[in-house]
Amino acid sequence: MAEKLLEIKNLKQHFNVGKANEVRAVDDISFDIYRGETLGLVGESGCGKSTTGRSIIRLYDATSGDVFFEGENVHGKKSKKDLKKFNRRMQMIFQDPYASLNPRMKVMDIVAEGIDIHGLAKNQAERKKMVFDLLETVGLNKEHANRYPHEFSGGQRQRLGIARALAVDPEFIIADEPISALDVSIQAQVVNLLKELQEEKGLTYLFIAHDLSMVKYISDRIGVMYFGKLVELAPADELYRNPMHPYTQSLLSAIPLPDPDYERNRVRKSYDPASHNYTEGEDVRMREITPGHFVQCSEREFESLKTAAAHI
Amino acid sequence: MEKILQVKDLELSFNTFAGEVKAIRGVNFDLYKGETLAIVGESGSGKSVTTKSIMRLLPEHSAEFKNGEILFGGRDLTKLSDKEMQKIRGKEIAMIFQDPMTSLNPTMPIGRQLTEPLLKHQKISKAEAKKVAIDLLRLVGMPKPELRMKQYPHQFSGGQRQRIVIAISLACNPQILIADEPTTALDVTIQAQILELMKDLQKKIDTSIIFITHDLGVVANVADRVAVMYGGKIVEIGTVDEIFYNPQHPYTWGLLSSMPSLDAADEKLYAIPGTPPDLLSPPKGDAFALRSEYALQIDMEQNPPFFKVSETHYAATWLLHPDAPRVEPPATVIERMKKFPGSRYYEGSRV
Repeated sequence: MAEKLLEIKNLKQHFNVGKANEVRAVDDISFDIYRGETLGLVGESGCGKSTTGRSIIRLYDATSGDVFFEGENVHGKKSKKDLKKFNRRMQMIFQDPYASLNPRMKVMDIVAEGIDIHGLAKNQAERKKMVFDLLETVGLNKEHANRYPHEFSGGQRQRLGIARALAVDPEFIIADEPISALDVSIQAQVVNLLKELQEEKGLTYLFIAHDLSMVKYISDRIGVMYFGKLVELAPADELYRNPMHPYTQSLLSAIPLPDPDYERNRVRKSYDPASHNYTEGEDVRMREITPGHFVQCSEREFESLKTAAAHI
Repeated sequence: MEKILQVKDLELSFNTFAGEVKAIRGVNFDLYKGETLAIVGESGSGKSVTTKSIMRLLPEHSAEFKNGEILFGGRDLTKLSDKEMQKIRGKEIAMIFQDPMTSLNPTMPIGRQLTEPLLKHQKISKAEAKKVAIDLLRLVGMPKPELRMKQYPHQFSGGQRQRIVIAISLACNPQILIADEPTTALDVTIQAQILELMKDLQKKIDTSIIFITHDLGVVANVADRVAVMYGGKIVEIGTVDEIFYNPQHPYTWGLLSSMPSLDAADEKLYAIPGTPPDLLSPPKGDAFALRSEYALQIDMEQNPPFFKVSETHYAATWLLHPDAPRVEPPATVIERMKKFPGSRYYEGSRV
């Protein structure tokens, strides 16, 4: 497999530590992201998928655990200069295209903000040209540079968010539900754009979403989160064809498909965390069942999953 | 079947500073007793405005009925006074809104919000209303309803709040329930529960439902019939099978092709090019023509009438005119048509 771009090791993000209302939003998760791939992260709201993204990019200080970006620890102590260098390589696209653009700034300045901070343009003319190019890349045109965010539709704003992320020429982009606020016909446009950019620039994505059919479409591998833990991680096709963790199965069985025949015959599975019957202190962790397919399970479940997988 | 609601030639405009926005430009449909009619379309297609005009929830100073009527129980809803409308809202026609986080009053315990419509529309005592409210909570699957009555909205999760909103809307056994994207804000697992709940309740009390959504998966799950809206008009209407397996309008083709299917290979996703029309100055002919690769010359000039595909299936596209050239729909749509007896791509027995 390709080279590891990002290594997340035992990442924990707890809020209100030590208080009665302590929340373990992300509770000890580990995974790798390879260069050039798209890793999808799915789960219901509150499962910690957005928090994971935000901890990786250092919007939160992790409670414990490490994030290595090309071997370098993201959360370690850093000088301003190092931090800047790191920020340039990792960017984020946010969920709500209405809230993530400053309404009082013109598009030109929104997109150029990163360029200014990192001093990427030598003079005004170059800065302008860079912004125009970026707008073109995301399917807008240079006339748009002098407008304000409110003059754009949701899909166009999300394109602006993408242009802003691309401005500093990053290697890795965290897309936190980038399409969930958009209409179906516009979603396809944005997803296609993200895919084209990936091929062109060799970008690596962490794609966080709850729309499972879109995630399957864009991702190479998918991680499923449940209550702050990663419960299953597998190549996209494999996960849909052969989901092993009962939560993944229940999640997949709940997706409505645009096919009335299928919908009439759909059987929905529900997930009960108590069904595992884990004993006190049982060693429950991610185990590799088939190559590349990891499931959170106990030793006992591991054996039975392995036998089951061998029969397929 | 009995028609419970008829919308005829409805035209509605908003008067804005920029000019007249023609949000609904001639909408016709009937709603039958006990059925679920789904209205699909992207933002700005007029689906929410259509249902809000049925409920008369649009701002009177800017929204103006230009033409048409909405017939319900022998009365034209567009002509009723506010007082008369208040007797219908919540009692005979109820509505569930998209966002369960904002459609409940945060300063009122949910028990009071549940009994409000009962006390308003029915001559019952507070104690009786409370009993009914507890039964309603039980009906929508809320555990410990007696305790929950005293709690405030923030003490409930999103899915629970949507259940409460549904319970409130069902309080007076309405004949029509309008659900405006009731599950869009919810997770898939919760969404599945809410949809199952709505279907169960519909069977129990025989309500007609108008279901607005842009999620075609949800439509396939809940709808008996589907109306596809674009640019302030219905462009295609038919039974759920007819719309999903034998679609005729290029816009419906575009919608169905832009959804990735779970078993499809990694080909490029079809994206409808461009953006929806500006209804300040709606295009002359077929509003979708500018975004459609199937547009004919006549689409630019004349608005297509409804062509009959079957007794229940109508589509407004010139492609159905006897003189129109035969075109091939997108590959994914042909795949769908293969399953439909009566379509020209039908391939024998259904799988």
